[in-house]
Amino acid sequence: MSDVTDATTAKRGPTPDDALRIADSGDGGPVLAADGTPLKRSLSRALRVQKMRALALIAPLLVFVLISFIVPIGDMLFRSVENRMVGDTLPYTVEELSKWDGASDALPPEAVYRDLYFDLFLAAEMKRHTRLGSRLNYESSGMSSLFRQAGRKLDDPGDEAQEALEAIDERWGERETYFELFNAAEGAEIDNDLLKAQKKRIRYLSDTVPTGEMDFSPSAEVSALLPLAARVYTSFAVITGMVDNKVVAKTKPMESLYLALVQDVTRPGFADDLAAYNGPQKDALAALANSGLTAPDYTAIFEEVDRDWVNLDTWRVIQTHSGTFTSGYFLNAVDMQKTPEGPAVQPENKRVLIQLFIRTLIMSLTIMGACILLAYPVAWLLSNLPARKANVLMILVLLPFWTSLLVRTSAWKVMLQQQGVINDVLVWIGLVADNDRLVMINNQFGTITAMTHILLPFMILPMYSVMSTINPSYVRAAKSLGATNWTAFWRVYFPQSIPGIGAGSILVFILSIGYYITPEIVGGTKGVFISNRIAYHISSSLNWGLAAALGTILLAVVLLLYWCYDKIVGIDNVKLG
Amino acid sequence: MAESHTSDAFVEFERVQKSYDGETLVVKDLNLSVPKGEFLTMLGPSGSGKTTCLMMLAGFETATHGDIRLGGTSINNIPPHKRGIGMVFQNYALFPHMTIAENLAFPLEVRKIGKDEREKKVKRALDMVEMGKFGGRRPAQLSGGQQQRVALARALVFEPELVLMDEPLGALDKQLREKMQFEITHLAHQLGITTVYVTHDQTEALTMSDRVAVFDDGRIQQIAAPDTLYEKPENSFVAQFIGENNTLRGVVKEIKGDLAVVELDDGELIDCKPINVTKVGERTQVSIRPERVEFDKKRLQPGVHTLKAEVLEFVYMGDIFRTRLRVAGNDDFIVKTRNAPDQKRLQPGEQLEIGWLPQDCRALDA
Repeated sequence: MSDVTDATTAKRGPTPDDALRIADSGDGGPVLAADGTPLKRSLSRALRVQKMRALALIAPLLVFVLISFIVPIGDMLFRSVENRMVGDTLPYTVEELSKWDGASDALPPEAVYRDLYFDLFLAAEMKRHTRLGSRLNYESSGMSSLFRQAGRKLDDPGDEAQEALEAIDERWGERETYFELFNAAEGAEIDNDLLKAQKKRIRYLSDTVPTGEMDFSPSAEVSALLPLAARVYTSFAVITGMVDNKVVAKTKPMESLYLALVQDVTRPGFADDLAAYNGPQKDALAALANSGLTAPDYTAIFEEVDRDWVNLDTWRVIQTHSGTFTSGYFLNAVDMQKTPEGPAVQPENKRVLIQLFIRTLIMSLTIMGACILLAYPVAWLLSNLPARKANVLMILVLLPFWTSLLVRTSAWKVMLQQQGVINDVLVWIGLVADNDRLVMINNQFGTITAMTHILLPFMILPMYSVMSTINPSYVRAAKSLGATNWTAFWRVYFPQSIPGIGAGSILVFILSIGYYITPEIVGGTKGVFISNRIAYHISSSLNWGLAAALGTILLAVVLLLYWCYDKIVGIDNVKLG
Repeated sequence: MAESHTSDAFVEFERVQKSYDGETLVVKDLNLSVPKGEFLTMLGPSGSGKTTCLMMLAGFETATHGDIRLGGTSINNIPPHKRGIGMVFQNYALFPHMTIAENLAFPLEVRKIGKDEREKKVKRALDMVEMGKFGGRRPAQLSGGQQQRVALARALVFEPELVLMDEPLGALDKQLREKMQFEITHLAHQLGITTVYVTHDQTEALTMSDRVAVFDDGRIQQIAAPDTLYEKPENSFVAQFIGENNTLRGVVKEIKGDLAVVELDDGELIDCKPINVTKVGERTQVSIRPERVEFDKKRLQPGVHTLKAEVLEFVYMGDIFRTRLRVAGNDDFIVKTRNAPDQKRLQPGEQLEIGWLPQDCRALDA
């Protein structure tokens, strides 16, 4: 029997293929094609056309998936670390604040309060301070109202400054005076950097691209003399001219301009700079310089708005969360928080998310297990029935797919509620007392029951497709070899059906771990999943960063489990069809 | 056709009938007995009931009527796993998730045989089919022929007295199939086990078996040793089914003991041996093997009837020449001649006279 022509035992003479194989093994250098080019290169050239054609075929789908799926998901995931809001809303404040040591017991210097005033005033003008307040409120409660109040009260110091200016020289009451002062005359040098910077800020704050013609351009000479006021006026001009489309010269400037002007004329060295100045309104400015005005006390302004503005903790929160990127959302997602001293555990009453993650995992595993137990006999029956009967049964299995998810879930609500069908039947039979009806909905039982039902086809189908490939002769062989029905099933049939169980389990587990609608309807408070929390943060609390962080963790957990499964079972053992 | 009850019968079918739908019988009144140690082949076209018989014997199908006995006791109500019958399946049915050694150990494990003895038996069985080195491999890593050997070893490892084989060589290529045919027969005879083998390949049946049961339409048409079956078919189905065969139709003209004269449909007369024709005037199919046809007048008996023939086609097949003739209106009359040095090669269009020994030509049912 030793001379069989089996591939493993056969002895045969060398063939042309052998020669190629020997050459391929590297002894004779690279194999050459007939024209002398290396075989590999000429092969890849030959395959390139095929590859390009294949690529062209999938290109529409690829582009569609990229635009409608990958990019939005990437953007959403990016939000979990992105934190530009503080820096974009309060740019000058954040810059100045970075010089302050948050660990010290001293309040931030006056310069920080000064920049905060002008940043916050502009943000309030664009109604963006509340958004920043909400953002910081995620980190420390009370921030929201602090910012909202400040937005209302910042006008008053500006009004006082305006009165003071008018008292010194009545020209400062005219809108044209300011326009003439800050606008670059014909041929005068324009401060383009300033204009560009302010356009960018307004673009962020207004969420629109400032367009339209503006009859104002900041004079470089004045912006050197009055840097703060020129900045404020330019931002005002951009808002008026390009966002609101009004005539800048005819519009009343915003109140912060007067304070900025006072700030500029009282700055050290202003008198000397003014002497060298040759532009418009020189004498009006000179009147201000000699009037004995004093620089505004911004710290006092904010202290008057709210005592919390002179609280160290407020500033520590702002400083901690002023970076462009933050780990804060991820820390929140695992029941921790970002503090000036580093990551810290949330207070006990706020720790809910880790528990929710664990609950989501356990419930998903329970649903998966229930699906395996219920689906296995059905799949077995399907694959062993004659084709016609199997088709009828298959239609019954697929029936839920043709029914709306909401209808199915609502049906469970009807079934499971305390005045529902099941309870009514149990009471009627007498198993349950009428005043002691079972609570089967708005808890974990409800969620598990409804989701097991909804996800069952996803378990049955892969199992069925694997089982229908198992030849019945295996079980017959086992029986003819002396195995009982049970042994034949357990030792021979079951091991071969494992790939189907694996595929169904992955499918059901991954689907259930991110399920939203069913737990939302039948889960109550005890039976909800992490996805319901994500939805809450997306649509109700508007904390998209935290929602994104939770989503990212969920994705990572799924990928991790997938990887584990691949290591243990092997993903190529999974058969979906 | 029906076998008489003999005391040494090991496997017995007595008046066995099988119907799947309650309307038609797949197996009609089957009577069969196989003595111990015999290699019996069930041969027949698909749908003839041979596999159903095998499945009833193995216990995967139940007989609708009748009795199946193994070693004298009825096994109708014994489940397959208690029958102790080894079986080789068409697709081998090696468990893909077990190694070869585990596959072989399976029947021993379920019989609760100790580990040491189990290993010994597995090794012996693998050595028997010369697969000793492959114990650690998975079935998918073996070639078809190797899987076949393993399947055989697995069916034999628990030392059954009866082995059933359901077209076990169907998936192999011709060369390997022929080799395995001999190996299986040798092994079966060497071990002295009774074998029931199912195939639709008549060459396989003729080469391997002690006896062949030819199945058609749910009945055994003839059960006999291969040479008898080939040379002395008892009816036209067997004659047609086994080997190549020339058929001529006609009416019995006269019967004289061992010799009959048949008038063919075109009026010519031939001599033949009456097998299942009994009276003059009966329609008959006359069967003659292609290699028994003579066209060399010197080798024909004097006085026998001859027929006119025209050569239509000559095919050179290496060891033999295959010539197609038109004889008595039949365009498919084949003559096979040995490729000997003095053998004549007939040319298409050539006219000749053919004849045969009367005992080689059998007048069968119409």
